[in-house]
Amino acid sequence: MTVYYTEEHEWIRVEGDSATVGITDFAQGQLGDIVFVELPEAGRQVTKGGEAAVVESVKAASDVYSPVTGEVIDSNQALTDDPSLANSDPEGEGWFFRLRLSDISEIEGLMDADAYKSFCDSQ
Amino acid sequence: MSVTPDRLLPLNDWHVARGARMVPFAGYSMPIQYEGIMAEHRWTRESVGLFDVSHMGQLILTGPETEKGLEALLPADLAILKEGRLRYSLLLAQDGGIIDDLMVTRRGDHFYMVVNGATKDGDIEYLQEQLPRTVVLDHMKEQALLALQGPKAVDVLSRLAPGVEQLGFMTGGAFQLSGATVWISRSGYTGEDGFEISLPAARASDIAHLIAAQPEVKPIGLGARDSLRLEAGLPLYGHDLDRAITPVEADLTFAISKRRRGEGGFAGWHRIIRELEQGPIRCRVGLSIEGRQPVREGAIVVDEDGDEVGKVTSGGFSPMLEAPIAMAYVPAASAEPGTEIRVAQRGKVFQAKVVPMPFVPHRYHRKGAA
Repeated sequence: MTVYYTEEHEWIRVEGDSATVGITDFAQGQLGDIVFVELPEAGRQVTKGGEAAVVESVKAASDVYSPVTGEVIDSNQALTDDPSLANSDPEGEGWFFRLRLSDISEIEGLMDADAYKSFCDSQ
Repeated sequence: MSVTPDRLLPLNDWHVARGARMVPFAGYSMPIQYEGIMAEHRWTRESVGLFDVSHMGQLILTGPETEKGLEALLPADLAILKEGRLRYSLLLAQDGGIIDDLMVTRRGDHFYMVVNGATKDGDIEYLQEQLPRTVVLDHMKEQALLALQGPKAVDVLSRLAPGVEQLGFMTGGAFQLSGATVWISRSGYTGEDGFEISLPAARASDIAHLIAAQPEVKPIGLGARDSLRLEAGLPLYGHDLDRAITPVEADLTFAISKRRRGEGGFAGWHRIIRELEQGPIRCRVGLSIEGRQPVREGAIVVDEDGDEVGKVTSGGFSPMLEAPIAMAYVPAASAEPGTEIRVAQRGKVFQAKVVPMPFVPHRYHRKGAA
């Protein structure tokens, strides 16, 4: 079980051929108070780098991109009911959706925790 | 793209030291937030928020023809404006479009005017071009401006500048604050009771320190300033108001005084009086949006056929109502509270309802009221 990160500030935790996706602590800090999320429904196909979810803070709306290609198998109803979970526990209770990966090799282009930390420090 | 670096406010170092996230706004580097918009917003409604609004233009207009000259450009009755009283007013173009919204105060032998930061240079140019040559306009670049807003603002400021508690809403006076002579008015942009303090920029930092050291006070950024004014139903120039919009369309007819309606003699009067009599084509209204997702500035108001009939000019999530709210221009026929309308944003249609503003009641300190 390994967590990878994107330059768009999503995280993805891979477990076998499925994975959980959310936004990083850095992302939630930049967005500020999150008041609404729109999550993809199970069965929807998402593509690497394509729009998968919407997150709205008090300030602005932002798209959340899928780090990999695959089929959505679940989304976080608790987050829809209480969007502030993405602020309080972004890499835990505030996860966005789960998917089944189409191509596990897509993981290779993503950052690990150390690389992501360096990336954030350079922002 | 402009490459001009953002100007720094007199309080820049203070904002940074307080942990503010700085963003470019109106040509300045300004604090968007400190601890977070939601917390700052609620703090202002419950206690007191300190806002640095030094980017705004502070002008002095003097000379015997000033009152008449200003009345040619503003729809306000300045002749009956008493010493130390302020009015919300509008700087009008000859076609009745709004060049800026502002506060004007009679102060001794002159008028003191506060205009928007993003528009101040254009305002000054227009005023100098339009006013009689005998009117002297001084842009007080050496003055900073602080706003102290919230239900406990009077407790805080009367401790530091005794006597301010005597001011009623929309009145002002000169006071001593920590050894500096400052101009304080009971006014603001949040819908709460509160004060605006014009002070020498050289004293801004130590006086901001002193005020923020009071236990009721926290510094508040531009983000919460925007959500507070939206809840209060107050328009923001450049978003809800612009040169193509008249005061009648903007639902700001309270700023057109009775005498001036009858007599005219101000820029745009012909169009404005016609709109007052016949009604405008479109109106600024408040909207409550179904669901939890905010609609933002730029979202489109659509009719049943999906044709564009208006637009959202401000929108966001109300921290007090915990629901999305917006201001929009809609056809006059759809402006009555209770009217159901539809808003389209990024390919999605939202159901909305016209509601009276303010969204959150004003709590101004009006003299004579309890």
